[in-house]
Amino acid sequence: MGDVSTAGLDGLAERLRVVAGAGNVITDPAELRTYECDGLTYHRATPGIVVLPDSAEQIAEIVRACAAEGVPYIARGSGTGLSGGALPRTDGVLIVTSRMRRILEIDIDDERAVVEPGVINLDVTKAVRPQGYYYAPDPSSQQICSIGGNVAENSGGAHCLKYGFTVNHVLACEVVTPDGEIVEITEAPGYDLLGAFVGSEGTLGITTKITVRLTRLPEKVETLLAAFDTIESAGEAVSAIISAGVVPAAIEMMDALSIEAAEAAVACNYPPGAGAVLIVELDGPAAEVDYQFAQVKELCAAAFEIRVAADDTERALIWRGRKSAFAAVGRISPDYIVQDGVIPRTALPEVLARIDELSGDSGVRVANVFHAGDGNLHPLVLFDDAVPGAGERAELVSGQILDLCIEHGGSITGEHGVGVDKAKHMPRMFTEEDLDTMQMVRCAFDPEGLCNPGKVYPTPRLCGEVPGRRTRIHPLVESGKADLF
Amino acid sequence: MAPVIDALAKACEVRPAELQDTVQGVAASYVAAPASVAEASELMRAAAEHRLAVVPRGAGTKLHWGAPPERCDLIVEMRRLGRLIEHASGDLVVKAEAGLPLRDLQEAVSGTRQQLALDALVPGATVGGALATATAGPRRLLYGSARDLLIGITVVRADGVVAHAGGKVVKNVAGYDLGKLFTGSRGTLGLIAEAAFRLHPLPQASAYVSATVADAGQALELTRALLRSSLVPSAIEVDGPDPITVTVLLEGFAGGVPARAEAARDLIGGQVADGPPDWWGRLPDGEVLAEVRAAPSKLTAIFQEAPAHVRGSAGRGVWHVGLPAGDAEQTLDRLRRHGSAVVLSAPDGTALDRWGSVPALPLMRRVKDQFDPEHRLSPGRFAGGI
Repeated sequence: MGDVSTAGLDGLAERLRVVAGAGNVITDPAELRTYECDGLTYHRATPGIVVLPDSAEQIAEIVRACAAEGVPYIARGSGTGLSGGALPRTDGVLIVTSRMRRILEIDIDDERAVVEPGVINLDVTKAVRPQGYYYAPDPSSQQICSIGGNVAENSGGAHCLKYGFTVNHVLACEVVTPDGEIVEITEAPGYDLLGAFVGSEGTLGITTKITVRLTRLPEKVETLLAAFDTIESAGEAVSAIISAGVVPAAIEMMDALSIEAAEAAVACNYPPGAGAVLIVELDGPAAEVDYQFAQVKELCAAAFEIRVAADDTERALIWRGRKSAFAAVGRISPDYIVQDGVIPRTALPEVLARIDELSGDSGVRVANVFHAGDGNLHPLVLFDDAVPGAGERAELVSGQILDLCIEHGGSITGEHGVGVDKAKHMPRMFTEEDLDTMQMVRCAFDPEGLCNPGKVYPTPRLCGEVPGRRTRIHPLVESGKADLF
Repeated sequence: MAPVIDALAKACEVRPAELQDTVQGVAASYVAAPASVAEASELMRAAAEHRLAVVPRGAGTKLHWGAPPERCDLIVEMRRLGRLIEHASGDLVVKAEAGLPLRDLQEAVSGTRQQLALDALVPGATVGGALATATAGPRRLLYGSARDLLIGITVVRADGVVAHAGGKVVKNVAGYDLGKLFTGSRGTLGLIAEAAFRLHPLPQASAYVSATVADAGQALELTRALLRSSLVPSAIEVDGPDPITVTVLLEGFAGGVPARAEAARDLIGGQVADGPPDWWGRLPDGEVLAEVRAAPSKLTAIFQEAPAHVRGSAGRGVWHVGLPAGDAEQTLDRLRRHGSAVVLSAPDGTALDRWGSVPALPLMRRVKDQFDPEHRLSPGRFAGGI
């Protein structure tokens, strides 16, 4: 991260000990290193200071102290993000919310819960399931990821095809702004600041309290696993299901290589010889689900085997292979890149063929796992870092896959976020004017550019400058607070 | 005057304003009608050069909403910017220019048995108008409102710069979601020029179950019973007070809807019908029209505080109330003890606190200052005089 100095942080650490308690401020180099990366371990930086506050008031004081010193700060939940969104800075403060894990209120009558940012996603569901409710967004990391992190990333999950993303399930956020004020933001009245904040990857402030919507548990859930000879015929089944007007809770696809990996890792026992498997899950009122499920089975007629989960245990077995897919790839390759791109669903056959070509031409193996219903691809690009040049070749193929997504009118990220990892790709998806306009929001919230700087946007906007005239060196760059990519 | 109209004419079709070209009684000087995003960009650039106050106008169905603008030099007439750009039916996505009437959009996508699951609360509204005012009808319960269905937006800034956010895929977290920021911004941040939405399949069947209840307390009980059921209603609306009616909409496959409708009738009583009651999805009458947002459990309080007409999404806690102008201020004060209440429309000259207290207003002002530093876009029409 360039030339950085930690000399100025000593006084700040003292101040933070007063705010959060001496035991909740970490400056020991060995301990600091445990926070050096999030779920994307490729990017690492040891934070200057780690602080573990216990309240919004403490966070507000920490933010004010950082602002007074001109020190950048980054919020971190459970550190499961996959784009380096919570990558620390050696010259900055990492504000970790893991002590703020209280569920403050559950209101079944109004179908909402109020939680602190460190609350684990799945714990919300666990708390309300006895009353027949759950929290719908279900990122794969839901057993460990935090709601605050979900808000920052606008996390999705396998079931967001039908139920939407975090932003569709958050009713209000209490936020510490980069001014160190505590404010509540909502969809209305006034500007929908909530809609802009959710998914802003921690660059507009730190959420300290989240009101989430609870969803009624469905009356019935049906899950099937369909095994196809080829990925093309699996893709055709997906198109047929969507064209029939069915909105499944989830449609997931895995190709032969990712099935092989899952088999090696968790012995998921998927039908042998499958070129691709589909997992289709339907939920809702029993009368609807029964009708649609019969239809889905017919539409999967090209499958050589269809398994239907008889109960929750069998459902878990079907999902096991899919949910383990990322980690499982470790069994067939020493290193891998998890890519996250989106294409219009109808472009699936063409894009998969092109990925196949890329893989063939480069000799880099690619395992494909995806949320097929919404065109969200997670190609796993395999390599062995011990082989000279292999990492670079894998990076190249991974980047070319994103190019394919952009070419087909898609997105460089469906759910993992831009973070530090994909900031360089933003100008391929958006014009300079687009990025400049988005950063006007940043300038409104964080004119000093201290709140998670260097993430999302490759070039920081100088707040207050006349748009389009970026001739001087950006003061943040000059002072070492931000880098140009 | 002549140089201004000449400058505007270089951008697009423009004419001097006529008598009817007013916004809440404030007369405009010019009306310009761009026919492309490029023209709209040129127009906004010319307007910026001449420091014109700009108010966009779609079908004009909600132009009387909000406070009168402090100034209005130029009305940007959006209806020539009204093409359907793309309907990717296999992807369940549609993209349109902002001036396209919602009705036309619905008609275009219905051929493939698809729909934009957004009720046109005000008949005749355009895509851009519905977005700028964040209007949504009964089915917000299941599908969310405009902001939840919008997946991409093109805006023209106050300085004429064209900017995009989102895209044309449903799942996308790249960059800030300007679409949500612009939804409900009432023309104060920029010109909404294009919008992309996710679509849903048209249901094969639908059924409405309506029950008349004794009082608001019973309406709340029935609403809760429906929410706690596994019936997944598309809408739960309550209309009243004379009488108070609870109506639930069930949509789905032909084989499933009748059984769900019967189950709903077992819960709330009343009648099953194929079509909606005549008040469904329309705004209530009243001199002062306000939108109230409160937790669903505030239903009884809202009926108590607003003696006139109340209608809305009981499941979501978004209400429209029609009030007599005379004591509207006091009624709004009382309603604001339970949630927010924003006046949408009021008779000319009515002095009212239209917004009540808006949390995070200082942040909103800073957003406005970034997007429209000269305060030329629909000035004074928004919260806090923005």
